[in-house]
Amino acid sequence: MAKFEEGLRYSESHEYIRVEGEYGYVGISDYAQHALGNVVYVDMPDVDDEVTAGEEFGAVESVKAASDLISPVSGTVVEVNEALEDKPELLNEDAFGNWIIKVQLSDPSELDALMDVEAYKAHCAE
Amino acid sequence: MNNRLYGNLIFELSKEGRKGYSLPKNNFGRYEVPASMRRSEDARLPECDELTVVRHYTNLSNNNFGVDTGFYPLGSCTMKYNPKINEEMAAQPQFQNLHPEQPAKTTQGALALVALLEKSLCELTGLAHFTFKPYAGAHGELTGLMTIDNYHRSRGDLARKKVIVPDSAHGTNPASAAVCGLEIIEVKSLADGTVDFDDLQRICSVSGDSIAAMMMTNPNTLGLFETRIPEIAKLIHGCGGLMYYDGANLNPMLGACRPGDMGFDVMHINLHKTFSTPHGGGGPGAGPVGVREGLQEFFPCVSPYHGNFGVMMRAYAYILSLGRENIKEVGPLAVLNANYIKESLKDVYELPIDGLCCHEFVFDGLKDKSTGVTTMDVAKRLLDYGYHAPTIYFPLLFHESLMVEPTENESKETLDGFIAVMRQIAEEAKTDPDKVKSAPHNTPIGRVDDVLAAKHPIVTFRQMKNERMKE
Repeated sequence: MAKFEEGLRYSESHEYIRVEGEYGYVGISDYAQHALGNVVYVDMPDVDDEVTAGEEFGAVESVKAASDLISPVSGTVVEVNEALEDKPELLNEDAFGNWIIKVQLSDPSELDALMDVEAYKAHCAE
Repeated sequence: MNNRLYGNLIFELSKEGRKGYSLPKNNFGRYEVPASMRRSEDARLPECDELTVVRHYTNLSNNNFGVDTGFYPLGSCTMKYNPKINEEMAAQPQFQNLHPEQPAKTTQGALALVALLEKSLCELTGLAHFTFKPYAGAHGELTGLMTIDNYHRSRGDLARKKVIVPDSAHGTNPASAAVCGLEIIEVKSLADGTVDFDDLQRICSVSGDSIAAMMMTNPNTLGLFETRIPEIAKLIHGCGGLMYYDGANLNPMLGACRPGDMGFDVMHINLHKTFSTPHGGGGPGAGPVGVREGLQEFFPCVSPYHGNFGVMMRAYAYILSLGRENIKEVGPLAVLNANYIKESLKDVYELPIDGLCCHEFVFDGLKDKSTGVTTMDVAKRLLDYGYHAPTIYFPLLFHESLMVEPTENESKETLDGFIAVMRQIAEEAKTDPDKVKSAPHNTPIGRVDDVLAAKHPIVTFRQMKNERMKE
């Protein structure tokens, strides 16, 4: 069964964001990694790239499918999780422990449009 | 039983200096290749005698599985039988030995065949003209979208750069649109699997002026007939867009209804699927594109010749073998076979959208999810029983998609045999789940590690040798 983590904000396309001050750590939910199956490749942006809420910033490829990563917020990429380059399976092992990009938020009000954990649980149960 | 020795790679069977040929005495003197054009080291080719080569490839071919060996219910691929008369017709030297650069006055027979095939396809689809240049389905999609793009440009309607694609579409649809330089808007599906008309209306009211086309597969990738096509066509045409029909699932429509009559303006046909030519494993295919009257002048030139002519010959042989009356039976029989399997298995496999399907249907894995046996395991276990696996994990709308398309060719005995095995696997999932999870057991190669294969593929002999040396 998929795990859910409290205190994060979630998007309909199954990305989460953990906000710490002016930064947000973006990854895919445990539900998403379950649905994808074994992840074999993560395509990530470069540091200093701009991301826009609702737009693609990379892709996750599993043995089943390739899936776009949609940014839940707008801002600048300040760090990417380089460990995923060699070990994409980290997303399967611990999706919430392994974020994909760290973003400096340009518009924190965008967070209001995202779901809390209860709303996201309901979204997954649909 | 295959001999293991000859199952090795041809490079492993190589012995230095061994040859499978002998050249006649050279009566013309020696020609020195200029030093600048000589290779610096020998080509790394295997050296084997003829008999070893024959045994190696014959043993390999015995491991092959095709429509001629057994039931091949690969959803979305229409793996129908390839009648042998098609091969006989295509093998005639008058056609087979043609060269595309031959003067046209010496290829009139072949050109006549293309024209006759066009006439047949127009009659079957309700469209007015076809181009035969595209080499396969996705190439056809691209050609069709370029045709649409050319049409809008010719009218100075330069803002039309968006293509609406259902979320259940074949992945090639958005990919073709992107290659054509167009933007993709996804329209949602309803719970019953068909296009959400309200969502489409919303998209059209927001972006109507920039809609170039809507791409649809009918029946859609879930094998369900889209019932609101006339309304959808009216809505898209009302915005100034064109309707594109993805012909991947044309089979159940044959003889029953025609895309041209439903309001589609442009379509491609996968001749290799619907018209029974051999495919899978990379081709060859043919993706002719049809258009309604007036659009033919916007066909782009996507290849210098008439596509894969051999495929066209086979397709035309198929059409003539069946004839106008019998070809009408293709669709109804394909639909009957699919529904027969679906109804016989839906008590043990999860059927997310119940109701009449067309030529194929999708299960969402086993009904009993408590065993931990996945769609992947079921597919692998089917190999043990001598069946080709169905399409799995597509469409993406469900987590455990298992997509079955039997085609019209199979007898009731074959369908009953498949149903019995599918039920047995469902039973095994409860009584001996480990056996299913570790399947296949009866094939030359057992369960492959597809994660390792995707992350670290070894595709050449030299690479394999280097890997072994590292160990």
